[in-house]
Amino acid sequence: MSKIHLVAAAVALVGSFTVPAVAGDFTGAGATFPAPVYAAWGAEYKAKAGAGLNYQAIGSGGGQTQILARTVDFGASDAPMAAEKLASGNLLQFPTVIGSVVVIVNLDGVAADQLKLTGPVLADIYLGKITKWNDPAITALNAGLKLPDLAILPVYRSDGSGTTFVFTSYLGAVSADWKGKVGAATSVKWEAGNGAKGNDGVAGTVKNAKGALGYVEYVYASANKLTTTSLTNKAGKVVTPTVPSFQAAAASADWASAKNFDASMIDTAGETAWPIVSATFILLPKNPTDAAQSAEVMKFFDWAYTSGDKFAEDLHYIALPAAVKDRVRAAWKAEVKDASGAAIWK
Amino acid sequence: MTVDTTAALPPGTLAPRSLATSGHVDLADKPFRIALSAAALLVLVLLGAIVVLLFKGGLPALTTFGLGFFVSADWNPVTENYGAAVMLYGTLITSLIAMLLAFPASLGIALFLTEVAPVSLRRPIGTAIQLLAAVPSIIYGMWGFFVVAPLMASTVQPALTAIFGPIPLIGMLFSGAPAGTGILTAGLILALMIMPFITAMFVEIFTSVPPVLKEAAYGVGATTTEVFTAVTVPYGRTALVGAVMLGLGRALGETMAVTFVIGNANRIAASLYSPGASIASTIANEFPEAGPGSIKLNALLELGFSLFVISFLVLALARFLVRNRLEG
Repeated sequence: MSKIHLVAAAVALVGSFTVPAVAGDFTGAGATFPAPVYAAWGAEYKAKAGAGLNYQAIGSGGGQTQILARTVDFGASDAPMAAEKLASGNLLQFPTVIGSVVVIVNLDGVAADQLKLTGPVLADIYLGKITKWNDPAITALNAGLKLPDLAILPVYRSDGSGTTFVFTSYLGAVSADWKGKVGAATSVKWEAGNGAKGNDGVAGTVKNAKGALGYVEYVYASANKLTTTSLTNKAGKVVTPTVPSFQAAAASADWASAKNFDASMIDTAGETAWPIVSATFILLPKNPTDAAQSAEVMKFFDWAYTSGDKFAEDLHYIALPAAVKDRVRAAWKAEVKDASGAAIWK
Repeated sequence: MTVDTTAALPPGTLAPRSLATSGHVDLADKPFRIALSAAALLVLVLLGAIVVLLFKGGLPALTTFGLGFFVSADWNPVTENYGAAVMLYGTLITSLIAMLLAFPASLGIALFLTEVAPVSLRRPIGTAIQLLAAVPSIIYGMWGFFVVAPLMASTVQPALTAIFGPIPLIGMLFSGAPAGTGILTAGLILALMIMPFITAMFVEIFTSVPPVLKEAAYGVGATTTEVFTAVTVPYGRTALVGAVMLGLGRALGETMAVTFVIGNANRIAASLYSPGASIASTIANEFPEAGPGSIKLNALLELGFSLFVISFLVLALARFLVRNRLEG
């Protein structure tokens, strides 16, 4: 084959891979945590409605940047955006699915959910105050377990992540010391321990070192059968990380009075509620430049609310309570307007 | 992989031929020359654009925190207080460990290949080294994380503690809980990554030693060891330093592999087992969540600028040393 033929063949090959944008396709970018469920919904929705979702999991910060610059149809963020930023960016924020964060350990002879911890103990471990597994604070909670004289290695996410935001929010809610010294953010100044990149990095580091303790998203822990722990919730009950305990947290959150759907599911009062639960959010312009694209986005999430719960639960996410979904639909109608000021969602 | 000797030649050494050619060649030459000049200019423009972008992006961090940015060890995204000392320390110490491990090993391998190994072995080993140099860094990172780190935690670190632990001062470097990941592991992985690179250049340097010099040394009765130390190494000494500097330049900027194994903690501790952070790993970790227009983004860009300056100084030093040899 001559060179010219080769070039022609290469051009044809490249050309065949570029799929032209179909009318109705819409783009989103942001959070990595809900990316698997958005992908599943996107594939299912394309088969049913013909419109495709192009979602880029570039991280919550990136998602916020992109939607503020209006380079995508919607942004996605694990950590809720600050109210004033939402206002200045003219954005509507609404939740899609709920996820939870669980604690994992690597200890000989300790089975899943066997080890009992409390929020303050967890905070003290990450503050470097509790350094041994046989510390009285831990043994007092675990009368039946024989815990070794072994150093605790706390492991955290080194990359900025919504998971860290949720986990540090919880530690701040249960420990005044944590709130004062460290605080809550997508990445913080850790007082002790090792950082690892991503859920897989944290899980891998915990697996590598005896005596390690880390936090990961439940989706990840259940898929990889990691050794999780129990936690004591606000009601003083010991709860295990299971879907019913996450649903209990979602149900006991105060959605009615929450602004921008920023209802805290951290350390809720529910008797059986898992204490580290949080929603992941979509950011949608209230004054979209392209009303038709914005309508597609709302149609997609409406479909996901109505028929997507099954796919979400298959992937170990928790669906929103039905009442919350109706609140979101009402917000679409009231707040997202086209150029003439008419509601886009009807 | 070859040593870049032509780049060190005085400018114009290769040029005169085109000047001497006749008119009809010039016709074809001119557009070619313009195209080449444009390509060369593009490199300069790109480099300049990157420097300007990093400098401008980092400037707000510098004006906010002052020169204290480079000495403060506080990197706190919650209070938005940023200092680069931990990352500067982590970058330099991991590269130093890498050099301490990689330099003697590379020297040994290169001397073995050029002076000792039977000719039939030279090609396979030489090829293997070049292949190692071509392994993507993410592979080194994953291998380091899943294979080397557990091995460090279970075997190497306890053994090092047993050997060096009782010695005052040095013992402090090898104290603490063996977590597997940390400064030492990052240095080790970096050493393994730059070793093939440095070795390949060393081999080139050693084979460029004129055989007549070595033969003369053998002729007056020198042993193989004496030829190494008195002829081969001194002849290529400055080029060897240049090769090491290029390896160092690579170690300083290595990102993914280091991010996997350094432990990513914004603290400076005496122990080499303790986790740390390098400039590149911090940027890789924090960049996706750094908001638009935030001081964090400025601080990260300023970090990038610092790394650029460090790398530039290292490469300039390498150039200087290589040039010295050619002129002397």
